[in-house]
Amino acid sequence: MKPSAHITAICSLLLIFCLAASTLVLRKLDAMRSAATLEEVLYITSPKALKRLSLGYNGLLADLYWTRAVQYFGRNFHEGTGRYTLLAPLLELTTALDPQLLVAYEYGASFLAPPPPGGAGMPQRAIQLTEFGIRNNPNDWHLYYELGFIDYMDLKDYAKAEDAFRRGSMVPGAHPWLKLMAALMAEHAGDLNTARLLWTATYQTTNDRNIRSNAAAHLRALQVDHDVPILENLVAQYRSRTGRLPERFADLEAAGMLRGTPLDPLGHPYNLTPDGRVEVGDPDDLPFIQNGVPQGYNPPPKPKIVPVD
Amino acid sequence: MNARLAHIASNTFREAVRDRVLYNLIAFALLMSGAAILVGQISIDIERLVVVNLGLTAVSLFGVVIAIFIGIGLVSKEIEKKTLYTVLSRPVSRWEFIVGKFLGLAGTLVVNTFFMAIGVFASLLYVSHHFQRADGWILVALYFIILQFLIVTALALLFSAFSSPLLSAVFAFALFVIGCFAEDLRGFAAMAHGVSRWLATGAAYLLPNLSALNVIGSVAHAQPVAWQLVVANTAYALLYAGMALCGAVLIFERRNLK
Repeated sequence: MKPSAHITAICSLLLIFCLAASTLVLRKLDAMRSAATLEEVLYITSPKALKRLSLGYNGLLADLYWTRAVQYFGRNFHEGTGRYTLLAPLLELTTALDPQLLVAYEYGASFLAPPPPGGAGMPQRAIQLTEFGIRNNPNDWHLYYELGFIDYMDLKDYAKAEDAFRRGSMVPGAHPWLKLMAALMAEHAGDLNTARLLWTATYQTTNDRNIRSNAAAHLRALQVDHDVPILENLVAQYRSRTGRLPERFADLEAAGMLRGTPLDPLGHPYNLTPDGRVEVGDPDDLPFIQNGVPQGYNPPPKPKIVPVD
Repeated sequence: MNARLAHIASNTFREAVRDRVLYNLIAFALLMSGAAILVGQISIDIERLVVVNLGLTAVSLFGVVIAIFIGIGLVSKEIEKKTLYTVLSRPVSRWEFIVGKFLGLAGTLVVNTFFMAIGVFASLLYVSHHFQRADGWILVALYFIILQFLIVTALALLFSAFSSPLLSAVFAFALFVIGCFAEDLRGFAAMAHGVSRWLATGAAYLLPNLSALNVIGSVAHAQPVAWQLVVANTAYALLYAGMALCGAVLIFERRNLK
């Protein structure tokens, strides 16, 4: 039967109208629902049950759970909520489904361990995750490095950090850094230089741009933490020599104590306050700094990490 | 292969190829391989893993669906359309009809897997920009998937020889699911005592073991597959499919077609 031109025209117009109208209504619905709190839920929490339900296709399920963990962490990190209740269970499910998924241990531990707002502030869960990874992948030195890193940076347990680095250094093909790290833990555990070496190793050994940017941000913060006390010490020396505080860095330069205006790692000049304190110009660009923070400064909920090339 | 078998197999292949559902399923499986690229992009450092895992899982699951839904209709459709009587009125034995149908559908599934595998490798090339030696193990995983199809096709044909299409689909799919739990069943048998141990062990050997044919997870991590496993899986799949086919022939030989 030949289709009627009249019906065809009416139906086509109606179709376009309905499509446009439904799009508009959906946009309205999205706007209404954005105010509502949609709780994230894990319907299956047992790794064993999930493994059975996967019918043997656990590799795919692990990839999907890993993606979910990344999205969950990313969303909460960007929104600065500081709530990461599902992160550890998601990572545990992922690694139970695919114990060889190294990326989930390496990045997962770096999501879990750091204190908020940079991470979930769960170093013990990060240790458990990494230990599980080591049991299943004993020949991967990156996991020992990750373990030592958490012990050092987040738990300040230098003996355990030394043990992790030493065990990692014995793995065939391990990065030479590990031996050095084990030695440093034994001798100079609390040094800025040790922390700098650890972040440098992270910067050099990761392929991920975000992790590298984070390591670079920590290295910049360590540089500031190193520079500020030295500059404040010079200010104190100037005061004891002249009996007054310098008004600007040029005064220190004129006294032969400095060569030019000191710059922070991002190339911006440090500020000298009237009471002799040295501060960074824009602390938002230098998250994780301990020294040089302007008085009364409130850090943003989410640390601003300048991306590296 | 005798000429009659070859004719039945080629006609089954042609008939299956004409089925539009088949193309929809292949298109969907290829779409899944493409979607793997997107999933990889919203995650961290698992682009290759997702392509292999999602691509091979799609090939396997869609292949099983094709094997079941085409396999269950192979006998019943012929009876329904009364074409079976035309075939059997010629010098064609009932066993030749069943085995020919099996070979035809198995051939269809091999060709489908070939096309779906092209989709997986194309996605892999897109994310990795080059192939590596370890990607060769994906071919072994695909070979195991084809062996899995042989078992499922033979089971679908077995049920189709005596049951309605709907029940055949339910039985075949249930056996596929149980087959994926084969190692759990064996574990249960090892833990049981007395009669239940014998029954569970018997069931574990009678039901198909499809879990050994799933090496997707290990090839995704570029882990090699032992040649002994290839030989043992090939022997097992051929023997099991042969057993199911013999069952189908035995039932079909005795079936009253009036």
